Amino acid sequence: MIRLILPPHLRTLARVSGDVELEVAGPVTQRSILDALEARYPMLRGTIRDHVTLERRAFLRFFACEEDLSHESPDAPLPEAVASGKEPFIVIGAIAGG
Amino acid sequence: MSMVRVLVGTRKGAFVLTADGKREKWEVSGPHFAGWEIYHLKGSAADPNRIYASQSSGWFGQIIQRSDDGGKTWQQPGTPPGEVVEAAGPPKAVSNKFVYDTTAESGKPLTTHQWYDGTQHPWEFKRVWHLEPSLTDPDTVYAGVEDAAIFRSTDGGQNWQELSGLRGHGTGPEWQPGAGGMCLHTIILDPSNPQRMFIAISAAGAFRTDDGGKTWKPINRGLKSQYIPDPNAEIGHCVHHIAMNPKRPDVLFMQKHWDVMRSDNAGDNWTEVSGNLPTDFGFVIDVHAHEPETIYVVPIKSDGEHFVPDGKLRVFRSRTGGNEWEALTKGLPQKDCYVNVLRDAMAVDSLDKCGVYFGTSGGQVYCSADAGDSWNPIVRDLPAVLSVEVQTLT
Repeated sequence: MIRLILPPHLRTLARVSGDVELEVAGPVTQRSILDALEARYPMLRGTIRDHVTLERRAFLRFFACEEDLSHESPDAPLPEAVASGKEPFIVIGAIAGG
Repeated sequence: MSMVRVLVGTRKGAFVLTADGKREKWEVSGPHFAGWEIYHLKGSAADPNRIYASQSSGWFGQIIQRSDDGGKTWQQPGTPPGEVVEAAGPPKAVSNKFVYDTTAESGKPLTTHQWYDGTQHPWEFKRVWHLEPSLTDPDTVYAGVEDAAIFRSTDGGQNWQELSGLRGHGTGPEWQPGAGGMCLHTIILDPSNPQRMFIAISAAGAFRTDDGGKTWKPINRGLKSQYIPDPNAEIGHCVHHIAMNPKRPDVLFMQKHWDVMRSDNAGDNWTEVSGNLPTDFGFVIDVHAHEPETIYVVPIKSDGEHFVPDGKLRVFRSRTGGNEWEALTKGLPQKDCYVNVLRDAMAVDSLDKCGVYFGTSGGQVYCSADAGDSWNPIVRDLPAVLSVEVQTLT
């Protein structure tokens, strides 16, 4: 089970509180996590990555295991600690104004 | 007993202000969608309990919200009210997919537009500036977006289809963003002709369709803009807002970047009616609900100083369709006031004494229950106001 931490505004939209737990089929990558997230919470489509290009929105970052993975390939395997659920995959808003 | 419901979009959420027909005692609800930019909310004339809202954020993009109970509760269209996937579960569907139509069947190729430095820049969707519900069908609503285009939903805001004839009009490479972005901010539906719509884009100008949105014609003849070298330019004008009295749909009033204009032939020609205004820069313009020659503007000092001149917040009213203007000041601050009033932040109700409303960048929303003769603040300390709409409920 993958653990995912969303920013508060996206938790409000998805009507969840706390971490999101997801089953991810196949290799655990940024893409497979977000695919699983958007399948379960369709209204989050377009809020983390573009509807068409699937590129990460500019003011969001992806962190895990105390590393910024935002610029890694979306298909690169994530650390084993994320895949095993020991560490969360974190979607976080960049600091950019009020 | 008549009621009014004022829908206020701000930089940090939406607010709903309600009062009876006297418009003296107000109830304030909100913030709805706290922390998000609400560029616009508007209710359906066909079903006043149906309200659409544009919720957006630089971080998370565009969301469409809908209320079916007059703004008490909201949902992302696609999830039936009260129905969820699981307890406290998420909405079932996407309602924020605004994708330019480039299909061979109905679309137009995605071109480029002018950037601030004169180079060409790709068309990129950023947000919905304005939502215009159909006059007859609560499930049909139009969206004006940045980068400029118009979309339509016929299923209550869940699925959106671009009316690509506008973006594909052919002049797109000459359109350019104003300071706020290249936004389609004004959509006016002609109540006498369902095939006719007017839209305005900063900075491309005004356009009209006479075939329900398939094809569009620029309607900018008579506009003069000092930042365009060609004095007869068809395209490139920074139209800030257009207003129409629904009872006289061929007469349009425009607040341009500079200049207040009117057209008596559905936009085919425009003449300047700035007259004795202290400055003819501004954003809002609106028309009295019952007197089609009575119009309102809020002059702003200049394009470089976006606040009211002389520290005085003054609405100017013309009872002659322009040229002759009077300052309306009773109840408005006349000292040390430096707010702006943005393009969608004025509205009128249709009660017997026409009510006029506007919101400021300082978070005040003012109401006049006597057509502008006197004003009272409904609220003083909201976040910066982006839009004001009013519903008259009977």
